[in-house]
Amino acid sequence: MSADVVSQPLQIALAWHDWLDLFVHYLVISLMSVGGTIATTAEMHRYLVEQHGWLTQTQFNDSIAIAQAAPGPNVLFVALMGWNVGLNAGSYAAAVLGVVVTMVGALLPSSVLMLLAANWGHRNRELRLVRAFKQGMAPLVIAMLVSTGIILGSANGNFATDWPLYAVSVAAALVIWRTRIHLLWLLAAGALLGALGWL
Amino acid sequence: MTDAPNRPRSLTELFIAFTVLALQGFGGVLPVVQREIVERRRWMTHDEFIEEWAVAQTMPGPNVCNLSLVIGSRFFGLRGAAVALLGLLLVPALVVLTLGSIYSHYSDHPRVAGALRGMAAVAAGMIVATGIKLAATLRKHPLPLAVTLSLAALGVIGLVVLRVPMLAALLVLGGTGCVLTWHRLKP
Repeated sequence: MSADVVSQPLQIALAWHDWLDLFVHYLVISLMSVGGTIATTAEMHRYLVEQHGWLTQTQFNDSIAIAQAAPGPNVLFVALMGWNVGLNAGSYAAAVLGVVVTMVGALLPSSVLMLLAANWGHRNRELRLVRAFKQGMAPLVIAMLVSTGIILGSANGNFATDWPLYAVSVAAALVIWRTRIHLLWLLAAGALLGALGWL
Repeated sequence: MTDAPNRPRSLTELFIAFTVLALQGFGGVLPVVQREIVERRRWMTHDEFIEEWAVAQTMPGPNVCNLSLVIGSRFFGLRGAAVALLGLLLVPALVVLTLGSIYSHYSDHPRVAGALRGMAAVAAGMIVATGIKLAATLRKHPLPLAVTLSLAALGVIGLVVLRVPMLAALLVLGGTGCVLTWHRLKP
């Protein structure tokens, strides 16, 4: 066993049918990701952390935080989660496999649908059915986003000791809701508070 | 609708354009796509951009990825779609994985772990805020605000408290929303 594995908090064994299960799960997630992949984070958490234990809570949250802080589309948190699942399984080869399985799974069905729909929807954009779908989904898309944020924010568990983290989440939500401040400033502020040991 | 004055000359130009704009997007790439593709390179008009964005947002999948597929395919067909999506993801993915790897070597350090804990708390707040911002658009929804807000609240309770699988929530609550809206919209 290599030193890299020892530094990981989790050691898991994935058989080929587990990889297949992971791939199929991401194919389904892809089809559910109306409102963006980030809105399905609650489902990923249920699957990866609660049901299978392939990722620790910390790895799950860190993957999202790192992808948010880095340049590029936010969907890359999926790549980082796949990478971490693979590392937990014990090798860099598995980590690369994890990235490919999760990213291809998360993107393939939605991309095919998007290309088909772009043509069709463009021709039929006044259709009642198209408008009903577009607007009818809106309340649930909002619920998915809010739920994702709550699950991520409340993952710390113990309110008595972790209340400053909750306070930061609520403050960040209020500031982003009410102002047009660049997200990087808030992430930097959160990082600073954490590094100073206040969180 | 008028056509945009410019178009990418090659797949390489398309790839580079999407790589460059993706690397500028901290905490959201969409504003950068709009600035680069519409205002700077003039590959699309504002009207075209808004129309494609509406479809990209409605369909499943990461919104900006969906948008890149449509823009790429419009110039070079299926190859263009693939190249634009790859441009958006490939180099940024290497950056994210590198950052993640660097971080995992220092994650035992209390200050590094604390910094990421703080960033994660901010990220959670950001996602909630995105949901709240979107909720403001419900005022213009064809259904009464009480109905849409109830659907959203039921969704949060189901997903957070009852932990129902998202597919079930999508089918039941999303389906209810669509059917109610369909009845409300005049043919």
